[in-house]
Amino acid sequence: MNAPARQSFAATFARAGMPLVLVVLFASCALGIDNFLSVANLRGLALAVSMTGMVACTMLFCLAAGDFDLSVGSVVAGAGVIAAVVMNRTGSVMAGVAAALGFGLVVGLINGLVVARLGINALITTLASMQVVRGLAFIVSGGSAVGIAAEPFFALGGGVLAGVPIPVWITALCFAVAGFTLNRTVLGRDTLAVGGNAEAARLAGINVTRVKVAIFAAQGMMAAFAGVVLASRVTSGQPNTSVGFELEVISACVLGGVSLSGGVARVSHVISGVLILGIVQNAMNLLNVPTFWQYVARGLILLAAVLIDRWNHSRRE
Amino acid sequence: MSGAATPSIPGVAALAFAGVGMEFPGVRALDDVSFEVRAGSIHALMGENGAGKSTLLKILGGAHRPTAGEVRLDGRIVEFTGTSAALSAGVAVIYQELHLVPAMSVAENLFLGHLPARLGVVDRRQLATDARRQLELIGEDIAPNTPVGELPLAQRQMVEIAKALTRGARILAFDEPTSSLSEREVRRLFSIIRDLRARGCAILYVSHRMEEIFALCDRITILRDGRHVETAALASLTRDAVVERMVGRRLADIYRHETRPAVGPGLAVEALTGPGISAPVSFSASAGEILGIFGLVGAGRTELLRLIYGAARSTGGTLHVAGNKVEVRGPRDALRAGIVLCPEDRKKEGIVPVRSVLENLNLSARRRVAKGGMLINETWERRNAEERIGQLRIRTPSARALIRTLSGGNQQKVILGRWLSETVKVVLLDEPTRGIDVGAKSEIYAIMQQLARDGVCVVMVSSELPEILGISDRILVMRGGAIAAEVARSVATEAGLLKLALPVENAVATA
Repeated sequence: MNAPARQSFAATFARAGMPLVLVVLFASCALGIDNFLSVANLRGLALAVSMTGMVACTMLFCLAAGDFDLSVGSVVAGAGVIAAVVMNRTGSVMAGVAAALGFGLVVGLINGLVVARLGINALITTLASMQVVRGLAFIVSGGSAVGIAAEPFFALGGGVLAGVPIPVWITALCFAVAGFTLNRTVLGRDTLAVGGNAEAARLAGINVTRVKVAIFAAQGMMAAFAGVVLASRVTSGQPNTSVGFELEVISACVLGGVSLSGGVARVSHVISGVLILGIVQNAMNLLNVPTFWQYVARGLILLAAVLIDRWNHSRRE
Repeated sequence: MSGAATPSIPGVAALAFAGVGMEFPGVRALDDVSFEVRAGSIHALMGENGAGKSTLLKILGGAHRPTAGEVRLDGRIVEFTGTSAALSAGVAVIYQELHLVPAMSVAENLFLGHLPARLGVVDRRQLATDARRQLELIGEDIAPNTPVGELPLAQRQMVEIAKALTRGARILAFDEPTSSLSEREVRRLFSIIRDLRARGCAILYVSHRMEEIFALCDRITILRDGRHVETAALASLTRDAVVERMVGRRLADIYRHETRPAVGPGLAVEALTGPGISAPVSFSASAGEILGIFGLVGAGRTELLRLIYGAARSTGGTLHVAGNKVEVRGPRDALRAGIVLCPEDRKKEGIVPVRSVLENLNLSARRRVAKGGMLINETWERRNAEERIGQLRIRTPSARALIRTLSGGNQQKVILGRWLSETVKVVLLDEPTRGIDVGAKSEIYAIMQQLARDGVCVVMVSSELPEILGISDRILVMRGGAIAAEVARSVATEAGLLKLALPVENAVATA
């Protein structure tokens, strides 16, 4: 009697846990913190999570395929710098955006090929590319922020549509596409199969290399796009931005129930993970929690997320 | 050698299981198992995969605590809280995968956990002397300072035995100790085990190999589905009697072999070479034929199937399927040619455990049936899954259940079901019934026969002789990475096949 009841609780939690936590967290912040519900704060909150959200859309595929990508923070910075430099040189916004996205694609392809083709551990591969790309960002920018002159470009990050900032719309669109891709396309289901058991997937005739390369390429492009949006928002390309961003994105995904061992991911839960992290951050700011303590809190949340992942995993055994 | 020869109390069994039960969530691995093992005897423990042998050994070794009943040593109830508790009570379980540290020396391994030391510094000289003495006791001439990782497997096993004796073990349990030994190494091991018996040790010996059991053991206990079936003197039983008690039914009823006409060319392999193959392999099998490939572990059977399927890259040779030459550079080429593989290790290579039965069934057909090659065809996938579940009688709560929650036999049926959506001409099965209960085995044999009746060429690799003899129309024997012989069903016997499969050390010596 006891055991089934507990199991069903665990199952319910696995199914609805994070959205539930999100609702409770949001309600308690709304009730307990002044200004939390103000339009300005909510808009700021949405804008703050939009970056994490965008990159989480591809990171969840990466994790679901049993891999990792630590290079996204550096790609955000590198893409922003490249967009700024190219725009200033050519005077063309399109050229700047295209160069940045192309850069992200190349980094993603290299990551993907090294991981999938050469069989190098994703952690090490992307740890290396993370540093290489960060270095390139500094080299291209000459070590300091590159201001952008092209004003029309600022609409991308700074514009507002129907009262909601453009980056938030973009993030919502990304999540919709990610959800569709994961659940309704062959690539999505193959991703889960590859993450769940790469060798079984290979022997079942799935092109594991192609799946992985596609995911890393998309991830690189998405991180670059996030970098472009950020550059537009801050009207410059900054080589030292988004340090530790990759951990934030991975935390959000893991908090959203994406298994670190691959094969399990739900987009709705990842959205919850992203929002939970954002709200906690926002609440700490509103409550004037010192920055140093915010690091501690974020680390503890990541640890909690990993423990939940582990717990879910052992429950499944 | 402190306790190895401790005399037992006359009339009391050295080791007794009394009403031992073990329940894991949802599974009853052992149910009311009682039997005794006498000092100075070698006691066989037999049973099918999943019969509960390993669980029993783990209880004996202190790795599990029974949920019911008790274990008695010399009549005293013992409750081991861990492996070290079992060891200090004089019980050593020698598992298939040895618990030695490869990078450390033989001597260090022997005394691991209680190295002779002065003020915390290991006394190397003392260690070497002690180790040499221990090794001499089992008649092994191994330099104590050799790293264990450099020893051949057989010698590592000897080190493991010596290590057990170092701790004063007088009850030793062996779990399939000969599975990767040569014939000569087996003889050596047996003489050591007999020597241990003569010194009064009680020995529990787990093996699948009938020959060994009958050559070595005095008594036997047979388990089936976690229950005790019989404990008897081996002399009172025939081999067939043992097997029938293990499986719980008459042998002919399990396989139901039937003769079928060959209906044209199936698979033809010519001069295939690659990793794990020592001499170019050529053979052919007709459509509608079940070809059994027998061999010991390491004979290259699995490697051969993997090469044919393209799971590993071949370095030469040609394949023909149904008379047409095919190039296989990877699994996808094989699938296109109509070759499918049910791999040896279901968990590692067959299923995606965290996904549903439906997804596992549709794993390979998915892309082919997708709309525009990209969008999932959910209607087709659902219908296909329901159809296969019904057709193969896959026992699952629903198509959406995680495949890991299914029994081994049903997981295997899912893998088979996955291939039934393809245009199959050749089915390669690698140990298709390993770890599967008899009921599901019988169903899988029936599926194999049905495939053959439908004109599919079925190639099955197995190390279980009864299965090879029971289901194959024709048998190939592999040895040392090459095909050693081809045997017709009508003339095949267990002893004959085994003889062909064993390494021919003597022949090499005289050559």
